[in-house]
Amino acid sequence: MAIHKIPSIQSSEITPRELFYNRRQFIQLTAVASLTALFPQALLAGEKLANVKKATGKLPDELTPFKAVTSYNNFYEFGTGKDDPAKNAGSLKTRPWTVSVEGEVLKPKLFDIDELLKLAPLEERVYRLRCVEAWSMVIPWIGFPLAELLKRVEPTGNAKFVEFISLHDPEQMPGQKSASLNWPYREGLRIDEAMNPLTLLTLGLYGEVLPNQNGAPIRVVVPWKYGFKSAKSIVKIRLVEKQPVSSWMAAGPNEYGFYSNVNPAVDHPRWSQAKERRIGEFLKRPTLPFNGYAEQVAQLYAGMDLTKNF
Amino acid sequence: MSIKTLDNKALAWLKITVFLLAVFPLCKLGLSAYFDDLGANPIEKITRTTGYWTLSFLLITLTITPMRRLSGWSWPARLRRMLGLFVFFYGSLHFLTYLVLDQFFDWTSIVNDIVKRPYITVGFAAFILLIPLAITSTNRMMKRLGGKRWHTLHSLIYLIAVGGVVHYWWLVKKDITNPLAFALLLAVLLGIRLIYWLRGLLKH
Repeated sequence: MAIHKIPSIQSSEITPRELFYNRRQFIQLTAVASLTALFPQALLAGEKLANVKKATGKLPDELTPFKAVTSYNNFYEFGTGKDDPAKNAGSLKTRPWTVSVEGEVLKPKLFDIDELLKLAPLEERVYRLRCVEAWSMVIPWIGFPLAELLKRVEPTGNAKFVEFISLHDPEQMPGQKSASLNWPYREGLRIDEAMNPLTLLTLGLYGEVLPNQNGAPIRVVVPWKYGFKSAKSIVKIRLVEKQPVSSWMAAGPNEYGFYSNVNPAVDHPRWSQAKERRIGEFLKRPTLPFNGYAEQVAQLYAGMDLTKNF
Repeated sequence: MSIKTLDNKALAWLKITVFLLAVFPLCKLGLSAYFDDLGANPIEKITRTTGYWTLSFLLITLTITPMRRLSGWSWPARLRRMLGLFVFFYGSLHFLTYLVLDQFFDWTSIVNDIVKRPYITVGFAAFILLIPLAITSTNRMMKRLGGKRWHTLHSLIYLIAVGGVVHYWWLVKKDITNPLAFALLLAVLLGIRLIYWLRGLLKH
């Protein structure tokens, strides 16, 4: 699928990141960004990402302010409250960082994070994010298709699924001291979902390196699925033959399925998924099938009973 | 005057103090709203805060009787009506938040919620049961009903309390720390009553 088909917002419509900060901070950031361009291996949260291809195309949705995107998070590794990640994620060390890509592949490899930053051209993608709790945001992510990475390790014919494993280190991730979920956090996709051009290996948002509370230094974003499917702070990507069991599936098999596609017609057992509250809006809006990405992904599920495969 | 009985003046001051303490959470919420400090999802924040204080006042109200029995003081009972009415007050705010801010009078969706979502069914039922208790809280209604019937009606509060805690327990996604704390406190408060009741049975 061509990039221009991906619905995203016109770059002219994107609220500049600097509007959320005052000018002095902007000047400081610019200075940091210039330094960053000189020493790209030292990229840390808050710093600008260089050479990002701006998003094209149009999404009728307004961007969620940077402050909301970075202060209202579900990231149980740092606590179960929405404001816990922003408070506690400072202890996460994003350098050095490696991602092991292994399993059913011909060329397994341990990638350094700075190598991943340069693996493919970075592009901006404005995606809707729909949480299973019935709220949503619109976020300008930065990254490249996960397929770019997967192709390089050459998956074998047995690679039917992709499993993402997040960092497990209670010292850096204090939320892991509580057994709120089975650590490490695990998520998974079917191989064709993982290879879909919408699936973004994500390294930044709002023009800058991923803030720690948003899953630094590297995560996936799968915009047609509920937010928890988009694993954060990934250290291992395994290509496997059998459908992996995700942390949320283990926590509540009747509430969280493997697919977890955004679907207004299939309610969560305890709440309705028909509508959602877009952060910053008062009235709820109807939830769209596949979060509005049906045109790009519905064919992946042709013939499947999505009530059973929720 | 002793701490056991408290004279009318001391009791009046105590009531004013308790009243001010009880409206404090609402004032704090109002100020946060005014200064746009309710976070990215203000409606969720208001819903949670009003719900939290409804349950808290419910448990505080239920400590009155054990406190009176264990200490021998008589005055705590004089605060019970006000505390009970604060349960109804915060419960109403909680319900109105759901009705107006969260659902904005979307009746279809509200009815669906009440019928299909057990945690809302239980929470809604608990709120409805609070209404007759609030209505019959005046001296005149007490007299009209007669002590015995009034007490029977007001023992609904135990059912409401269990419903409130279950409502909270069923709505959290994974981390049950807070609902568990409420459940344990409620168990202690009901347990004390059970012990007194069993003792009463043995004496007879």
